[in-house]
Amino acid sequence: MADIRNNFVGIKSPNPFWLASAPPTDKEYNVVRAFRAGWGGVVWKTLGEDPHVVNVNGPRYGAIWSGDRRLLGMNNIELITDRPLQTNLREIKRVKKEWPDRAMIVSLMVPCEEENWKSILKLVEETEADGIELNFGCPHGMSERGMGSAVGQVPEYIEMVVRWCKQNSRMPVITKLTPNITDIRKPARAARAGGTDAVSLINTINSITGVDLDSFAPEPTIDGKGSHGGYCGPAVKPIALNMVAEIARDTETAGLPISGIGGITTWRDAAEFLALGAGNVQVCTAAMTYGFKVVEEMIEGLKNWMDVKGHATLDDVIGRATPNISDWQYLNLNYVTKARINQDLCIQCGRCHIACEDTSHQAITAIVDGKRRFEVIEEECVGCNLCVNVCPVESCIDMVALEAGALDKRTGEKVDPTYANWTTHPNNPAARQAAE
Amino acid sequence: MAQGQFKDGIAAGRLSQAQYSENFSDLHPPLDRHEAVVEADRCYFCYDAPCLQACPTSIDIPMFIRQIATGNPLGSAKTIFDQNILGGMCARVCPTETLCEEVCVREVAEGKPVQIGRLQRYATDVAMEAGRQFYERAASSGKTVAVVGAGPAGLACAHRLAVSGHAVTLYEAKPKPGGLNEYGIAAYKTVDEFAQSEVDYVTAVGGISIEYGMALGRDIALAELAAKHDAVFLGMGLAGVNALRAEGEDASGVENAVEFIAGLRQADDLATIPVGRRVVVIGGGMTAIDAAIQSKLLGAEEVTICYRRGKEHMNASEYEQDLAASNGVVIRHWQQPKRVVAVNGTTVGIELEYTRLVEGKLVGTGEVVTLAADQVFKAIGQTFDAAPLNGSGNAIALEKGRIKVDEEGRTSMTKVWAGGDCIFGGDDLTVSAVAQGRDAAMSIDRALMG
Ligand SMILES: Cc1cc2nc3c(=O)[nH]c(=O)nc-3n(C[C@H](O)[C@H](O)[C@H](O)COP(=O)(O)OP(=O)(O)OC[C@H]3O[C@@H](n4cnc5c(N)ncnc54)[C@H](O)[C@@H]3O)c2cc1C
Ligand SMILES: Cc1cc2nc3c(=O)[nH]c(=O)nc-3n(C[C@H](O)[C@H](O)[C@H](O)COP(=O)(O)O)c2cc1C
Ligand code: SF4
Repeated sequence: MADIRNNFVGIKSPNPFWLASAPPTDKEYNVVRAFRAGWGGVVWKTLGEDPHVVNVNGPRYGAIWSGDRRLLGMNNIELITDRPLQTNLREIKRVKKEWPDRAMIVSLMVPCEEENWKSILKLVEETEADGIELNFGCPHGMSERGMGSAVGQVPEYIEMVVRWCKQNSRMPVITKLTPNITDIRKPARAARAGGTDAVSLINTINSITGVDLDSFAPEPTIDGKGSHGGYCGPAVKPIALNMVAEIARDTETAGLPISGIGGITTWRDAAEFLALGAGNVQVCTAAMTYGFKVVEEMIEGLKNWMDVKGHATLDDVIGRATPNISDWQYLNLNYVTKARINQDLCIQCGRCHIACEDTSHQAITAIVDGKRRFEVIEEECVGCNLCVNVCPVESCIDMVALEAGALDKRTGEKVDPTYANWTTHPNNPAARQAAE
Repeated sequence: MAQGQFKDGIAAGRLSQAQYSENFSDLHPPLDRHEAVVEADRCYFCYDAPCLQACPTSIDIPMFIRQIATGNPLGSAKTIFDQNILGGMCARVCPTETLCEEVCVREVAEGKPVQIGRLQRYATDVAMEAGRQFYERAASSGKTVAVVGAGPAGLACAHRLAVSGHAVTLYEAKPKPGGLNEYGIAAYKTVDEFAQSEVDYVTAVGGISIEYGMALGRDIALAELAAKHDAVFLGMGLAGVNALRAEGEDASGVENAVEFIAGLRQADDLATIPVGRRVVVIGGGMTAIDAAIQSKLLGAEEVTICYRRGKEHMNASEYEQDLAASNGVVIRHWQQPKRVVAVNGTTVGIELEYTRLVEGKLVGTGEVVTLAADQVFKAIGQTFDAAPLNGSGNAIALEKGRIKVDEEGRTSMTKVWAGGDCIFGGDDLTVSAVAQGRDAAMSIDRALMG
């Protein structure tokens, strides 16, 4: 049986599934329920200074759904904890004592002055928590007050605050990054320069989930007005995966532990984050959508997959996909694929045809010998994969790689067995210059 | 002797009022908004969709479903009505399992088609309940057209003509419009007087006047209509009924299924409709199924359909057969009626002869079976009654007993078009009658305005 015990920057937990800092981790009541359900750790809802902040009293969440109302993406305009600091600290201490085998991380956000950080760090140390997470990500409300993503968007501030925390505390420091930035490597490098033990990402993405077309107000709507909120849930996973991968493969941050966050809903999502280099994962929206029990599926699913594939521990999985992330310019241009439609599985919806016909390369028939039939015209197919993506039947259309030496009917040339990329391609002006 | 539900012979009031209303409630209750959106989401928006090809009126099904999915049911209704102004009734009565839903790619893929009929009902209900009219009449053409018969064919034709700016007079023999929508379709398919509301909705476009109690051939002659109007459309349906050709057919207790259903459809109180304790229905089509199921729902204890060929030859779809079976109707195949058994002129049973196919021909085997029955319904097909066309000068050409038309619906007589059940070559479905009425209207319009 696969061993999924997790050791993240020295913080141990029975599994790699932590609850991200958010409403599920705002109170002792919730966190105890989460631990009972099996979560490996929590990042407590972000603490700030007293007097505590207040939240809006109207809707604070917006969402987008699929047709059958599966929640695809959610946003929120909630701030950090709206309970007194002492109440939270007391509860954190009590829970950690009762659940010593679970990871207890405390998320923090105070104004950008060393004194403010010093004083809260001291209070947190007294709770015996395992570590702290610096919330440089909250994109709404707190950022207007010079905190959250307002810090996370300025690498120099990140480095400065991380350094204060490392100097003033014995606890491991995880720096939580905002995705609301052009190049995620910059804040990650700054955090490393400041001495952070790890980064976690992503926090939520600036967003408006919709507009009420009767009142012309953005959603969620507070008394006729709306403010951008932070986007999370399944819809953000691809963005988060890319940002994790960018940091994992950057030479300046290589080896920096990463706690992966963003849209993780199933064991498979989690495994993908681990493969791209995350040392563990954090979850928020999936728990808020389905309750804490989802972790059972995540734990069992991950173990099952590892067993089937023969991965004994998490270390056998973490970062396994990282070496396969490449710049576009190094992709092999001599790799040629063609779509192939399995006629036995085809249900004749014709979506591949119309997608390719209207928007791509006119490479799929609609009629063959007077009959409705969808076949790939290899002379036209560029191997783009669009038809695979729009086909409603799994595995009905495959992308088949042509073997070396086989004829590519589109170009009329044989597939070259050697690897060749854009850097040396004759159409690349830079390549020509280099050659000259 | 048994009383109440199990009273022998033909009797009314077998059930309680509560049972009647439960038995005759909506067969497929309407989808609510959320259900409709979820179902609509299953549609793949196929290219050159097979369902659209299978619909006799060629409704743009993927488009109307997409409009439901995007929260635009009114736009969806318009997409439907553009092709089929009786889209509301068709949504209820079409045998979708042999039309659009049969070829739905999800039927092919997983045996569960998108519920096109119920989605169509959802959208048309929204528009009709809102009283939303989508069509404005073109400027008056100054032409008038006579339409004979206010059934699906006549109504669809009248609507399209009215929209095109022509003035339409509908001549209807009966006191109510709707044709078989009003008198024939099974009660549980069209509840709450829907047939009448639909006629009101269709005629609300204006330019259509209906003259009730006006029968062609009795109150008015075809030649007269042709002289009075710029064009005539015949949508008279099928007035005749095939005979059993079985001995003793005139015993009391032997009835026409269509008349029984018409009586039931017009009843204010179902408790007044008499039905046998043991009912035998002869036939294999939709009428046989409907008569059998509704007999059962009225409280008959045993209902048996006897059909002279095999299951696979029945005109009723497999879905309809299953519906009958699930209502407790027994279907017996390969049996043809030989003799109605009567005592003192009253039916007590029916003798049937077993049949089989010999070199493609149906023959009796000589073996017989007798079923107890106090009521026997004939549902072995209807026929076109050509008599009302007489006296029209040039006789209208028929083909296999029905009116012969060309691909545009023109009859052999100038100025006269026809469509619906009364023409040869159709498939005796509401939706086909609508398509033929509509297409004839367009042909008439071209002829008048050309
Ligand atoms: C019992 C039964 C159940 C059926 N169930 C279904 C079903 O579930 N689904 C389906 O798709 N189809 C069903 N059908 C078939 C469908 O009802 C017909 O195909 C459809 O109604 C044909 O339309 P129509 O306009 O041609 O004729 P009709 O609906 O028959 O309308 C003809 C109209 O013309 C009038 N008329 C007749 N003669 C004259 C005259 N001389 N002068 C003036 N007016 C006249 C009649 O009174 C009637 O109003 C069923 C048929 C029957 C009998
Ligand atoms: C309602 C809500 C409140 C949140 N509050 C915080 C917070 O106080 N501190 C923080 O670091 N992140 C906060 N987040 C962000 C989450 O911790 C997490 O980074 C984000 O939701 C992405 O993960 P997910 O897709 O699994 O939800 C919040 C998210 C939500 C939905
Ligand atoms: S892979 Fe792209 S080009 Fe080839 S058939 Fe599919 S959609 Fe067309």
